[in-house]
Amino acid sequence: MNGREFSDGVKAGTSIAVGYFPIALTFGLLAKTTGLSLLEATAMSIFVFAGASQYIALSLITGGVAPVIIVLNTFVVNIRHFLMTASLNEKMEPDDKWKKALYAFGITDETFSVLATQKNHKITTPFAIGVILVAYASWVVFTSVGHLIGANLPQFLQAAMSIALYAMFIGLLVPSMRGNRKVMSLALIAGAINSLFYFTEWLSTGWAIMVSTLASAIFIEWISRKGVKAS
Amino acid sequence: MSSWYWWMILGMAVVTYIPRAIPLTFLEGRELPEPVQNVLRNIPYAVLGALIFPAVFFIQENIWFGVIGAFAAFGIAITGANVMIVVLGSIALLAIVSGLL
Repeated sequence: MNGREFSDGVKAGTSIAVGYFPIALTFGLLAKTTGLSLLEATAMSIFVFAGASQYIALSLITGGVAPVIIVLNTFVVNIRHFLMTASLNEKMEPDDKWKKALYAFGITDETFSVLATQKNHKITTPFAIGVILVAYASWVVFTSVGHLIGANLPQFLQAAMSIALYAMFIGLLVPSMRGNRKVMSLALIAGAINSLFYFTEWLSTGWAIMVSTLASAIFIEWISRKGVKAS
Repeated sequence: MSSWYWWMILGMAVVTYIPRAIPLTFLEGRELPEPVQNVLRNIPYAVLGALIFPAVFFIQENIWFGVIGAFAAFGIAITGANVMIVVLGSIALLAIVSGLL
């Protein structure tokens, strides 16, 4: 394994680890109030590693929803990762199938965003593994810590930390947006369509993100093709 | 909690893993048509837009919290600062703001 690539990946993944800290901590706290044991809460983070679906699962458990429905819901929420990994595949260096199957487990919204916005032409497997390992470690460890410390963190700090992941998304998007109208349009149109779904409640969160992403990506591709033909 | 919990975790783990793994393993080495490749290249920026908006505004009941946080992150990011600085900077600013409120 290329050590240099791996440690670059760990560095790039550190911002995710920081972003995960409050969310994993809160997940641990909530899991405790939902009645899950330390082992059960941590196991969910170890095996599932998907923030949104884990939060939704907690609220559905509280609501007494059948486990099968919780699993179905998880599938719908995570189907967007199909798009992300298909897109990421274009950027990844070819490698053994088993290695790709291994790091595929670690593709979340956040690790995807960091990998997909790297400037280098192709992303190597050690780099991806570095990003994923540090993010995953943070997610699992702070789930347990959250369960253990209960609600001892000051309220104002918990509130301030809820911005962390969005700040990271913004921090990843803005540098590519500067002076690039295409990137800006892609993000703004997707955000606008997703807002429409959010306020009308036509689609659940997972589907809404998927549909708005696809609609924006296809629309901009269609527009730029037309532009090429016209000129 | 009883054994159904572990079956549920197993189910969640499987349905989370499948959409992550299939494109990376099955598409390997296959050329996709050019328009499809272009759409896939557009996806990272589109998905960031959808992940940020409108959720960033509703991180707390008080909508101003999200608005200030989003503008802070945007402001710091546009100076060209590292992602980590953007994250820590906006947390720090919101901590100060919520201390004042």
